[in-house]
Amino acid sequence: MARKKRELQEINAGSMADIAFLLLIFFLVTTTMDVDTGLMRVLPPPIDPTTPPPPPVNKRNVFVVLANAADNLLVEDEYMQVEDLKEAAKEFIVGYPGNLGDERFPEFKVVGDEPEKHAVIIKYFGANQKISKQIVSLQNDRGTSYELYVAIQDQLAQAYSEVRNEVAMNRFGESYDDLKANSKKSKEDKEKAKAVRMLIPQRISEAEPKEIGGAIN
Amino acid sequence: MQIRKKGKKGLPPVSTASLPDIVFMLLFFFMVTTVMRETELKVEHIIPKAKEVAKLERKSLVAYMHIGPPIKTLKKVMGTEPRLQLEDAFASPKDIIGWVEEVRANTDEAEVPLLTWSMKVDTKTKMGIVVDCKQELRKANALKINYSSTKIIDKSKL
Repeated sequence: MARKKRELQEINAGSMADIAFLLLIFFLVTTTMDVDTGLMRVLPPPIDPTTPPPPPVNKRNVFVVLANAADNLLVEDEYMQVEDLKEAAKEFIVGYPGNLGDERFPEFKVVGDEPEKHAVIIKYFGANQKISKQIVSLQNDRGTSYELYVAIQDQLAQAYSEVRNEVAMNRFGESYDDLKANSKKSKEDKEKAKAVRMLIPQRISEAEPKEIGGAIN
Repeated sequence: MQIRKKGKKGLPPVSTASLPDIVFMLLFFFMVTTVMRETELKVEHIIPKAKEVAKLERKSLVAYMHIGPPIKTLKKVMGTEPRLQLEDAFASPKDIIGWVEEVRANTDEAEVPLLTWSMKVDTKTKMGIVVDCKQELRKANALKINYSSTKIIDKSKL
């Protein structure tokens, strides 16, 4: 039986939209659009019992923040609210380079003493700049709430960031945040940001856990 | 001269021929942006809020630890004390060293130094368990950590 060659019938694409909708709804439901953010910190390396302990730090260079189990704060031997911590820390970080006899503020070292190490600072700020020897020491109890701990960390980070912004603003007319944001595009801004970072180093020490008192667990 | 005829003349129906195209476009967008949740959470946590937060850039190089009270369905078995969850199971801080090694083994060797250890901790947790975990991380030489927190939007700057 001879048959005429028949043309293939076109597939009906009408239900394509329905299928696509189905998939779309599936992905809509499963999608989570959250960007992960957080406070980045670097822990101190593990203590090696064979190496000698580091030389003790001069007490006036350390800004001590204590948080106890009842979520109270003791900053430099004074009772304080978390909200006020930023200002206190800022004052300490900036220090008082004019009067080194003042024991409340940390010591300074002059950049020009180690020209190779501080080449970037000298390039942008000059050799007579002074770097504060400040260290912020954060000590907490096992009973301190995590909420307070993060709040303290945040306040300290804000203090550093504001000091850096002010320094960069005075020197370059641009805030440190802007310099950092532009550092991917501009090499100069990256170096400027690095200079500011070296001039105001963020030193937050998370001390070994201690029983400060009033521990619950 | 009358151009338009008087009388009822319905609007022509809107063509739906381009509907599949639009839907496909949306579909591809969501397919590309979707990240499937890898672990099932066995602990509840409300993440604290902070201002000075940094974005975690490469998600494949972030390992998560969850700390918080067990979820409702597990409260009867596990109690209400905050617990540590690694991957899919409850763990004790002692297990962290092994877990760190495992994560490192599963990461490309060149990228191991870039790994970030993110702690997702409930705000109501006491620091005790967090401190234990931090000490274990130090022992495992996993020093780059991240206290996961959501950004507070500063309204005064807007």
